Amino acid sequence: MTTTADAASEHSERGILAQIAISIARDRVSLFFVIVLVAIALVAILADRIAPFDPIAQSLLSINLPPSPEHWLGTDQFGRDILSRIIYGARTSLLLGTIAPALAAIIGTALGVTAGYFGGWIDRVIGRFLDIFLAFPALLLGILIAAALGAGFWNMVVVLTVAFAPRFARIARASTLSIRSEAFIEAAIASGVRTPAIMLNHILPNIAGSIVVVLTLWVATAIRLEATLSFLGLGTQAPKASWGVIIRDGLGNLFGSPWPIVAAGLSITVTVLAFNMLGDKVRDVLDPEARDE
Amino acid sequence: MTGLLSVEGLAKSFAARSRWGAFVGGKSVVRAVDDVSVEIAESETLALVGESGCGKSTTGRLIMRLIEPSAGRIVFEGTDITAASGGALRRARRRIQMVFQDPRSSLSPRRTILQTIAEPLDANGLIRSAVHRRETVAQLLDSVGLSPSVMGRYPHQFSGGQRQRIGIARSIALGPSLIVADEPVSALDVSVQAQIINLMQDLQKERRLSYLFISHDLAVVRHIADRVAVMYLGRIVEIGRKQQVFGAPHHPYTQALLSAAPEARPSRTKKRIVLPGDVPSPSAIPSGCSFRTRCPIAQDICTRERPPLRDVAAGHAAACHFATPNPLGTTVTTP
Repeated sequence: MTTTADAASEHSERGILAQIAISIARDRVSLFFVIVLVAIALVAILADRIAPFDPIAQSLLSINLPPSPEHWLGTDQFGRDILSRIIYGARTSLLLGTIAPALAAIIGTALGVTAGYFGGWIDRVIGRFLDIFLAFPALLLGILIAAALGAGFWNMVVVLTVAFAPRFARIARASTLSIRSEAFIEAAIASGVRTPAIMLNHILPNIAGSIVVVLTLWVATAIRLEATLSFLGLGTQAPKASWGVIIRDGLGNLFGSPWPIVAAGLSITVTVLAFNMLGDKVRDVLDPEARDE
Repeated sequence: MTGLLSVEGLAKSFAARSRWGAFVGGKSVVRAVDDVSVEIAESETLALVGESGCGKSTTGRLIMRLIEPSAGRIVFEGTDITAASGGALRRARRRIQMVFQDPRSSLSPRRTILQTIAEPLDANGLIRSAVHRRETVAQLLDSVGLSPSVMGRYPHQFSGGQRQRIGIARSIALGPSLIVADEPVSALDVSVQAQIINLMQDLQKERRLSYLFISHDLAVVRHIADRVAVMYLGRIVEIGRKQQVFGAPHHPYTQALLSAAPEARPSRTKKRIVLPGDVPSPSAIPSGCSFRTRCPIAQDICTRERPPLRDVAAGHAAACHFATPNPLGTTVTTP
């Protein structure tokens, strides 16, 4: 009891970000996945320094090569070095895979909390508005918006944010509804706490756990959707690389060489796994009851 | 009587759509609270008793202005706060605070004790510095019998009784004159109930607090109340000093309620009055006297006319056409 109490009082002295950092530093598994993500991020940032070949340089003399000391992950059907393409592809995939879901989470949570907290006509207006977007599958919506805006990285961010935000809003609204009826909200109102402060200090901390976990799940979907949109010519343009594009290109040449798909698939898996593991950890840190166990 | 709080004709009705309302267009009106008038003096405890669903909690929330009254007037410390909003309401709420029934749900699980107790102070801009904040919270914890060292802990690390102490510390943080206590001990073990009740009484003496004590537990009410108001279907059916209401109930419902409470003295045997039927739905309140459907002594007049709350003694009133002491006959026999 004394140790948990000391740990708890020690926690409360620090901000929530510091608490998350300390908990991750104390947990070996989480620390490992942080290192993995940092490594992937560094690879993406330093792509032009560490990539052994030009990712778009074709060589008809060396197509569909298996891994070798020269080409660590082999080459694709145009003779491009797969490792170099994976390294450059990390830029697009990682950036899009994190920015779009994060933006969607912020916008969606704001909408959902507002709808759930106030209820009534505000809830109905926001609810119907979200239903319009939810009526379309994310991919179809993406195609529609991408067709209207044109291709390009930031347009894809917009596409995915619009497609994902209603999904976050629904979760945020449902969680807010259940928290809204708790007596501590009434206590806060009775204490003279203003509505924005109630949302920030009482609603948000209590729903953040589920939002964070869902966020990590949508990272995978974002990377996958980017691939689909690129395949349709609405995302990353032809010679440029992204993990999704590598898989799409490799799919048509699966029997020529499986290596592009294996390499890109593993990259996506490791990235998504790292995000999910850290998401779970962050959720636990946000919940003082789970933290003590 | 120097009235601290005076409530006149307070009413709250909710529009509830009935199950087939969408097809027949019918909306039923639930009268949760109807024509409630009470006064609370300084340093006084008024207990509001009744069965669950009788509107006693709604009355407490109406006075707190957590829900909007449909009719009536709430005058607190000489100011009409019935329609107060924004700053005026915030000022009034510094003087009226609330203690909740479930000490688990009334404390945010994600916030430390320090954050929870300091919240009313933070919200009203009464904190000068981080040190001042800790000192104030330490004093508040001390006055509810908790060690200031627990400040950094979270609610789940406390027992129910300790959590209720934290809730009480929060409620006195702003220095209120009136505390609406909504079933503050009914979620607690009996042994802990007494401690919390004693704490509330001590604080009342130290801080000249008034309580609106909402409870269904007559034994607790007998201990803490100065005056008692009995509610049935959203209305007050009897109100008076504790000795008057417990000693000589004038409303048949009060008498039946009292007869159902367990007695601590085995030598006193009493006959329990069992009322026929169930409490009618508040969306279909009977005409005339709302208690008549279950009243053993109801007559024709009870169907036609609603009995007003009439004085039966000084400071003692009952809403019954046949208000006499123990209208259902003597039920207590002392051998």
